Amino acid sequence: MSEGCGRAMVAVRGLSKGYGRGASILEGVTLDVARGDFVSLIGPSGCGKSTLLKLVAGLVPPTSGAVEVDGMTPANARQLMSFIFQEATLLPWRTVLGNVELGLELEQSVDRGRRRAVAEELLGLVGLGDVGGHYPRQLSGGMRMRVSIARALATRPGLLLMDEPFGALDEMTRDRLNEEMLRLREEQGWTALFVTHSVAEAVFLSTRVVVLRAKPGRVHREIPVPFGFPRRASLRSAPGFLSLVGEVSSALRGLDGNGVEGGAG
Amino acid sequence: MRRFLTGAAWPLGVLALVVAGWQAATVWLAIPPYILPGPARVMGAGMERHENLLLAVRTSAVAAAGGFGVAVVCGVLAAVVLAQSPLVRRCLVPYTILLQTVPVVAVAPLILMWFGSGLRSVVLVVAIVCLFPIIANTTQGLVSVDRNLLDLFRMSNATRLQVLVRLRLPHALPALFTGLRISSGLSVIGAFTGEWFASSNTVGQGGLGYSIIYANSQLQTDYLFALVLACAALGSSFFLAVVGCEWLMLHRWHESALPRETE
Ligand SMILES: Nc1ncnc2c1ncn2[C@@H]1O[C@H](COP(=O)(O)OP(=O)(O)OP(=O)(O)O)[C@@H](O)[C@H]1O
Ligand SMILES: [Mg+2]
Repeated sequence: MSEGCGRAMVAVRGLSKGYGRGASILEGVTLDVARGDFVSLIGPSGCGKSTLLKLVAGLVPPTSGAVEVDGMTPANARQLMSFIFQEATLLPWRTVLGNVELGLELEQSVDRGRRRAVAEELLGLVGLGDVGGHYPRQLSGGMRMRVSIARALATRPGLLLMDEPFGALDEMTRDRLNEEMLRLREEQGWTALFVTHSVAEAVFLSTRVVVLRAKPGRVHREIPVPFGFPRRASLRSAPGFLSLVGEVSSALRGLDGNGVEGGAG
Repeated sequence: MRRFLTGAAWPLGVLALVVAGWQAATVWLAIPPYILPGPARVMGAGMERHENLLLAVRTSAVAAAGGFGVAVVCGVLAAVVLAQSPLVRRCLVPYTILLQTVPVVAVAPLILMWFGSGLRSVVLVVAIVCLFPIIANTTQGLVSVDRNLLDLFRMSNATRLQVLVRLRLPHALPALFTGLRISSGLSVIGAFTGEWFASSNTVGQGGLGYSIIYANSQLQTDYLFALVLACAALGSSFFLAVVGCEWLMLHRWHESALPRETE
């Protein structure tokens, strides 16, 4: 069962999860994410995508099965991971810079000056170099999400776990941030496990799209995305892209309880 | 600040009208001054005995501020304990409710008996009165932190202390101030009640509570009015001081301090 485990960034083996005495939410999920992969999870609402992400992060314990992150238990691999939530979840009493510094500050691994420098560099990378002194409430939704991304990247994660990070944004902002994510990934080389409801977003970003089914949640299909990197915005209108979006959409349509928005967008 | 000043203009206008009407009524209706003294007479009595008046205000202010301070420290500490787990809350919250439901006038004589008459007892009565709103609001603030933020801190392997200091306490700050607003008004009432019982043996030094009883027994209605107004002024200034602190600490980031376009 565990062949190749040492190489994989994330190895999920026969993972099941139920809350309390309720029906199990995930059942026998097995999934590998290789180093450098960008894997999207897509599936009907309530199928357990967020739960799977939290299991990988070690935020909730599995009922049975195992998760390994870089060969370690999730709890021991936290140094390696960063989580990005659907909402920006910034601390409103901290400035933008203070928010980006948070992870480094809690880890207490670097001194104050270095922290500030890293935070400023990352804010620059997400295009917010000039609002470091602002408070979150002064920013737009898209800007807040960029801050959230900068905060996640500040600790130099090897694995980025993202739960519908762009779900609350308008399509234009979402597309722009998608392109920026790919650029950042190119520069920093992290691995990603990414939850989304948008098929087009999943295909645009990923090296592989994993379609989950609900009740109980399990892997329905894995669809590799063959396009190379770097990817440009124009890819979205390429025939190969559109036909792949169609394929993922029809895989989703094959599931009951379909609560998925958007096709090609 | 400008907004504050223009905001104050309206209530001040109302005040001027009431004072004018009050003076006119006492003159035209020829109400005897021991029933209802006019504002001019009240002012006169206050001026004439301003040394006693200021001493009473100072005594009560010290007691109210002292008790308020004790309540803030104890209240926040209690809230931090209560915020530790639902089990702790289930065990202890019923007893914090006692603070709210047992009338202070019932407890004050006991406190007087145990701790003697004087500042210490008054401070204690004030603290008891002020404690519950602080505990209740702060606890609510400490436990109502967004789950995602807690997860975020866990992902960084944050210690319990880091979660408390960097997440729960700042998050609870607005709720704490809600409690402080309520308690600031209560603190003067508490000082008044405490003095009523605790300081009757130190004539002339007894703070507003004692002075009012004394003025009443002597039928010095004009001075009594001056004392009541001093009480109101003291309570209001405490409240305003709290609101000022709140503004200083929250206006940069908290939604309640966002400038509004309406009105
Ligand atoms: N803490 C919890 N306690 C009990 N049940 C839970 C808990 N968290 C999630 N669930 C249940 O688990 C199921 C899966 O939830 P999850 O949030 O993982 O779904 P999801 O795929 O992320 O859905 P969505 O696409 O709507 O975000 C849901 O039926 C939900 O009610
Ligand atoms: Mg979810």
